[in-house]
Amino acid sequence: MLVADPQQGLRRVPATSEAMMTVRIERPLSPHLQIYRWTLTMTLSIVHRATGVALYFGTLLLVWWLMAVSSGPGAYAAVQSFTSSWAGRLIAFGYTWALMHHMLGGVRHLVWDLGYGFQPTEREWLTRATLIGGILLTVLLWIAAYAIGGGGR
Amino acid sequence: MVKFALPRKSKVTEGKNWPKPESASETREFKVYRWNPDDDENPRVDTFHVDLNECGPRVLDGLIWIKDHIDPTLTFRRSCREGVCGSCAMNINGQNTLACTKSLHDISGDAVKVNPLPHQPVVKDLVPDLTNFYAQYASIEPWLKTTTSTPQKEWRQSREDREKLDGLYECILCACCSTACPSYWWNSDRFLGPAALLQAARWVTDSRDEAAGERLDYLEDPFRLYRCHTILNCTKACPKSLNPAEAIATLKLKLVERQV
Repeated sequence: MLVADPQQGLRRVPATSEAMMTVRIERPLSPHLQIYRWTLTMTLSIVHRATGVALYFGTLLLVWWLMAVSSGPGAYAAVQSFTSSWAGRLIAFGYTWALMHHMLGGVRHLVWDLGYGFQPTEREWLTRATLIGGILLTVLLWIAAYAIGGGGR
Repeated sequence: MVKFALPRKSKVTEGKNWPKPESASETREFKVYRWNPDDDENPRVDTFHVDLNECGPRVLDGLIWIKDHIDPTLTFRRSCREGVCGSCAMNINGQNTLACTKSLHDISGDAVKVNPLPHQPVVKDLVPDLTNFYAQYASIEPWLKTTTSTPQKEWRQSREDREKLDGLYECILCACCSTACPSYWWNSDRFLGPAALLQAARWVTDSRDEAAGERLDYLEDPFRLYRCHTILNCTKACPKSLNPAEAIATLKLKLVERQV
């Protein structure tokens, strides 16, 4: 175990020595998530992870659709009936948002990884832009989809 | 490892409600985390009422007032009372900062909630055990490393090169940043955390240091450096207004640059 020594700094000592006496007390872990005030960057960080996970499942839907396309009209009609249902539309809408949000989040992380956008106003602007941009793009895409495809069938 | 809930013996219970001082005309409520190693109880949150007319303007003044007037067993670290030593780092109303520079006026809401630095073993009350934090700092070898022969006088540095260290050398190692980082909460056994990484950047950046290569070798690891996911809690918490997140980004860039 590591101990702090005033003369030698940090040094290793055998874990059996009397230094262990102080370790044997079962110390509580101080509260963390329970007390930490959520900030926008912290929230969007976990949302980025969550949308990433959601996209794995959303991609399965895309694969289902592609397989249906290649296997014929019957299978395709089955997918169509699901995606035009109320629940199917909701899932597709959620998938669109997850994709847009995650994409913009990726751009935000690219900016940060290039070493930019770390000043207080910049980082908050970038984070807000991701959040609002993701919602905006999703709505625009759906408006366009309904305008072009009519949303029927 | 990610564990959202606190262990059973760490769960915080409701504590003592200390009576309001009778003579006080203007008071402020303090809700303070308490844990005593000498009994077998869980941690608790005590409520105190601080007489604002008798007490200074900062959170630390309030804690000292409690210790002087209500409960002398209240335990916390403090020394310089002016944001230089980093001893009184703690979590105040959900944000890590120094109790000595945090003004009571800047805290919205009625109660001032004081907790020890998050996700650390507690020694007593507001005192966390920072052994791991210091060991991680030692692991980045925070001293000048050279191979060329020592000059007759000092190691010289141009004004411009010296300026590159601004924003890096001022760190007081208070641990506000590292213990604000969720990545550090889940992986502090392997992730070095923002404070140690800021100092790693400080030595990699120093024009006099001749060990940048081996320093970067040490950092090139999925955990030591790359557990940083740019959550930015570190930079938001830093009471010295430094930018560990940016320093970590420069380290990541340097690792890419040396490969191309």
